[in-house]
Amino acid sequence: MSLKRFTEHALSEWMRGKGPQSDIVISSRVRVARNLSGLPFPMLATSAQSSQVVRRVEEALYAAKELPVLKEAELIRMDDLSELEKRVLVEKHLISPQLAEESRHGAVVLSKDEAISIMINEEDHIRIQVLYPGFQPQEAWRIANQLDDWFEKHLTYAFSEQTGYLTSCPTNVGTGIRASVMVHLPALAITKQLSRLFPAITQVGLAVRGIYGEGSEALGNLYQVSNQVTLGQREEEIIDKLASVVKQMIQHEQSARRRLAEGTPIQLEDRLYRSYGVLSQARVISTKEAMERLSDLRLGIDMGILSDIDANVMNELIVMTQPGFLQQYAQERLDSQERDIRRAVMIRERLHHEGTEDEQ
Amino acid sequence: MQCQECGERSATLHYTKIINGEKTEFHLCESCAREKGEQMPGIDGSFSIHNLLSGLLNLDTSISEGQHQVHDETPSMGVRCPTCGLTYTQFSKIGRFGCSDCYQAFDDRLDPLFRRVHGHTSHRGKVPHRTGGRLKIRREVEQLKQDMSRRIENEEFEEAARIRDRIRSLQEKLAGQGG
Repeated sequence: MSLKRFTEHALSEWMRGKGPQSDIVISSRVRVARNLSGLPFPMLATSAQSSQVVRRVEEALYAAKELPVLKEAELIRMDDLSELEKRVLVEKHLISPQLAEESRHGAVVLSKDEAISIMINEEDHIRIQVLYPGFQPQEAWRIANQLDDWFEKHLTYAFSEQTGYLTSCPTNVGTGIRASVMVHLPALAITKQLSRLFPAITQVGLAVRGIYGEGSEALGNLYQVSNQVTLGQREEEIIDKLASVVKQMIQHEQSARRRLAEGTPIQLEDRLYRSYGVLSQARVISTKEAMERLSDLRLGIDMGILSDIDANVMNELIVMTQPGFLQQYAQERLDSQERDIRRAVMIRERLHHEGTEDEQ
Repeated sequence: MQCQECGERSATLHYTKIINGEKTEFHLCESCAREKGEQMPGIDGSFSIHNLLSGLLNLDTSISEGQHQVHDETPSMGVRCPTCGLTYTQFSKIGRFGCSDCYQAFDDRLDPLFRRVHGHTSHRGKVPHRTGGRLKIRREVEQLKQDMSRRIENEEFEEAARIRDRIRSLQEKLAGQGG
């Protein structure tokens, strides 16, 4: 069952954490917004026009299957998914909440490794997204660019010489590009340097937010840094600027970790061990506490204080302990109390099955 | 569910009005809701990117009103995109365009917005490959025309003539490709 494969197979490539600088950078993502010429944007499109968009993308996709990266890609319609299945895709960052909840004739094209997801009829007709583990925004752009070129052979985009690629929202016009990098900054948080760092980042035209997008809380010291400007700069300039700022954040986090390690106060060591204790023994745990403890666990692993634990545990568990995932795993609807119990079970199992490949 | 006004687009706005104990249900698409002048419940209070944007847009209006008081602002606020029917006023409230032709329809009011959001007003990035060849030639022709006038001003007529020939051959190439 291919749908099962997408929603039940727990791990996307980006959660495996095998990328450059993966001790600090969880994932890199590039999204490109495009619209088809001659059709109104999804907000004003009629039902017939929206389904025409899906059909045209599907035809282009058929031709694009020659592309190795899209070889076993599949087009999934939102109308064919249950609420829970959609939620799991949102939690895996493969689709947006808007596509899941509000779109008409919404659909997504997913590559087999889930590194590529192409949303159809979200705010724009087409949103090409490439999501890679670790710090590789340039590589993500290279693939997104290639996919864009391929689609453009078969589809005519809304484009103007003056303003570039035309998008539904004026904040995306021009290149239509949004590049973001998800970083784990526990040492900067402990040493209280984030409040100085973030204003500087906003000043150079980048945005910082929590991991589930606009308005979401920054749980587990995880932050998304992304570009704001899409018009008037070349794509490569946008990506390079983001990359160079994130590089500096990585250096700051590294030096904060070094300083912490030099004279690791017993209080810090105690806190990290306690978090490990809670995660491996708790019977009831909330999302918020799980995220905070997992952040500690990951810091402990990266600083060499906690050993014999796979560093990917955090990357996997931050997604797998989300409400949708837990319910998918349990194969039933769970209220929030039941979820806190199941979350504790899942974390214990994952920590105790350390080193085994298959967690089924 | 279809919009009960136009019967064409899907209804995205569902609400119940209770007046003197009498309940009426409404199912409208975004565009018809605007047309009816209905308040979008829940939207005005929220803090979305589109609200921020519409804040910027309205700010633009007040600034330009201050600067060019000779112009009557009202007709221009009512500019309507001939393709999708979205008015500038609607755009400034929703913060989103209805179709790609809106960019043309609202053209004279967008630069301040783009400058505010992006710090720039023109695209410097990627160009679609299929149409890009022609665009590149057109950009070169524009550049050459500027060069030519500069040469003429400097009385470098020989060089200007060479540039003129180059422009001609590029223009023939463009015509040969069909317009």
